[in-house]
Amino acid sequence: MEEQNINPAPSIHCESLSKSYGKVEALKNISFNVEKGEIFGIIGPDGAGKTTLFRILTTLLLADSGTAIVDGFDVVKNYREIRNRVGYVPGRFSLYQDLTVEENLNFFATVFNTSIAENYELIKDIYQQIEPFKTRRAGKLSGGMKQKLALSCALIHKPSVLFLDEPTTGVDPVSRKEFWSMLKKLKEQGITILVSTPYMDEASLCDRIALIQNGQFLKIDTPQNIVKQFGNALLAVRSDSMSKLLKDLRENELTKSCFAFGDKHHVTIQDSAFKIQHLKEYLEQKGHTSIEIEFIEPGIEDCFMELSQR
Amino acid sequence: MSFVRKEFHHIFRDKTTMAILLLLPVLMLILFGYAITTEVKNSKLAIYDPSNDMATRAIIEKFNASEYFSVVELLTKPAEINEQFKNGEVKMVVVFSEKFYENMLHTGTAQVELIADGTDPNSAKSVVSYATNIIAVYQQELFKVQKVPFQINPQVKLLYNPQMKGAYNFVPGVMGMILMLICAMMTSISIAREKELGTMEILLVSPMKPIYIIISKMIPYFFLSLVNLTTILLLSVFVLGVPIAGSLFWLIVLSLVYIFVTLSLGLLISSIVNSQLVALLISGMVLMLPVIMLSGMMFPVENMPVFFQWLSQIIPAKWYIIGVKKIMIKGLGFTSIIPELSVLSGMGIFLIAASMKKFKFRLE
Repeated sequence: MEEQNINPAPSIHCESLSKSYGKVEALKNISFNVEKGEIFGIIGPDGAGKTTLFRILTTLLLADSGTAIVDGFDVVKNYREIRNRVGYVPGRFSLYQDLTVEENLNFFATVFNTSIAENYELIKDIYQQIEPFKTRRAGKLSGGMKQKLALSCALIHKPSVLFLDEPTTGVDPVSRKEFWSMLKKLKEQGITILVSTPYMDEASLCDRIALIQNGQFLKIDTPQNIVKQFGNALLAVRSDSMSKLLKDLRENELTKSCFAFGDKHHVTIQDSAFKIQHLKEYLEQKGHTSIEIEFIEPGIEDCFMELSQR
Repeated sequence: MSFVRKEFHHIFRDKTTMAILLLLPVLMLILFGYAITTEVKNSKLAIYDPSNDMATRAIIEKFNASEYFSVVELLTKPAEINEQFKNGEVKMVVVFSEKFYENMLHTGTAQVELIADGTDPNSAKSVVSYATNIIAVYQQELFKVQKVPFQINPQVKLLYNPQMKGAYNFVPGVMGMILMLICAMMTSISIAREKELGTMEILLVSPMKPIYIIISKMIPYFFLSLVNLTTILLLSVFVLGVPIAGSLFWLIVLSLVYIFVTLSLGLLISSIVNSQLVALLISGMVLMLPVIMLSGMMFPVENMPVFFQWLSQIIPAKWYIIGVKKIMIKGLGFTSIIPELSVLSGMGIFLIAASMKKFKFRLE
């Protein structure tokens, strides 16, 4: 809230947005601001309402209530203006599969009344990576290359705000890394970026993030602050029988919460006088073998799980 | 402009669809022109000829020479007539009156009875009319030679299509059908495809006005239908032998108006549906069936229950087919198709206005 006062003209401003599809409430009373030149991440699982939020902000859907202002224009009243100045990459690959890379780019350039040459500087870094394949049909590109092409097409008219709905879903880890470093470069050009992702590990790459679940924002802050606010000690535990371990850990009175995280279980402990030795003895009693227990630093996902429990 | 170019790319790269679109008219014309016709060739014929004079022999000779008939049986007594039909071997029995030629010479009239197998009314009708034609031709020849106005009954005169050629009826119908198919179905599918692929989202979030999106979708299919129109006309003139009796110019004008109607219909469908499959089903079921059933192409509108007659009034293809028949087959001029032209124009304007109003510039 304080930040709003410092910078009176945010790039995106939402106030108590709500949207329902019949009985399903997709968005409940969402309010947030995104500053100019900020990378703002919307982090949450599938079905949390990310795409609905993006569609409202890109003027594709009307909210049931609340207001939203993008780059100084109201998404309902001035939707034409917004359509002129934002770039949008929808969640699904939404380019013409039967057109070549170059034809796609050319087409979107003319749709936005510009040409590739005019804004080549902006997309150069990204487009150069796919330029060797420019005569290939877009449908035959790999996931990473498709995403780069989609980004190039969304940037061709030098938008002031860029909306990326789950841009890295279905993209290999290397391409994902590259993609994020491209976003950093765009940010340096002063472009505001609103990006959503279901991958928690990408959250730390944003300037600020909003954790979203069931249409509600759980928290809005920098990734560092969100991690800092994780008040409890966190353990990573594993043994030979992981499913029994999960049940036993949850039954332990010291445990506040316990979730399966890949090959380990993450256990939140409330008691500050807690010692690893105690837990180990408890688990040995329960008949677990090759027990490994260690303290770990919480990640965004741990914070998300903790926040969503409240 | 680049949008239109993009649409052409879509069409040309989907080779299968394009091949279907271009070959469909050829296929349909040939199917309707040859296979599915009410024309009956080489119908088996039995003849009961008690007079056996020069006139009847000449007529029988004519029947035999015609490609529509082959005389298989000469009956000796009337009782055999029923026998022939019971066996189902002949389509028709021709019964001459006694003293056929004598009667003709003395009274100026002679009776000939055509008994056809009514179980298949369509072919029976055709067979009877072929037969009456053959008799009429003989009568004319006789008149030229002898200068006596003989009368052989019955006599049915068929306007415009003396041999009841199926093609005369089907060419206008196929034109109405093909153009509806290509324009309505393909435009609705191509817009639904943008929605399905999600590219519509990007197009909407762009400075492009929805009306330009629509127009650039229409143009390629407009050209495609012109190609099809040309194919159909060439085929019907040179292969099926249906001449264009009236003015080619007005025929094309009428077709352009009809194409405009069907394109707008396609747009209206696409603004309602969200998937290619539904677009296909709607244009297939809701458009094609009425065109085939109610346009008068297969079944005469006059014979339908009143409700369907009313329903047929709102089917654009019906008006188009009537108009095409007037110009192409009957050779009538512009003034005769004013009603059809104005009805079609009205429909087109209404449909395009409705689809513009219905077109969503948001997702819902």
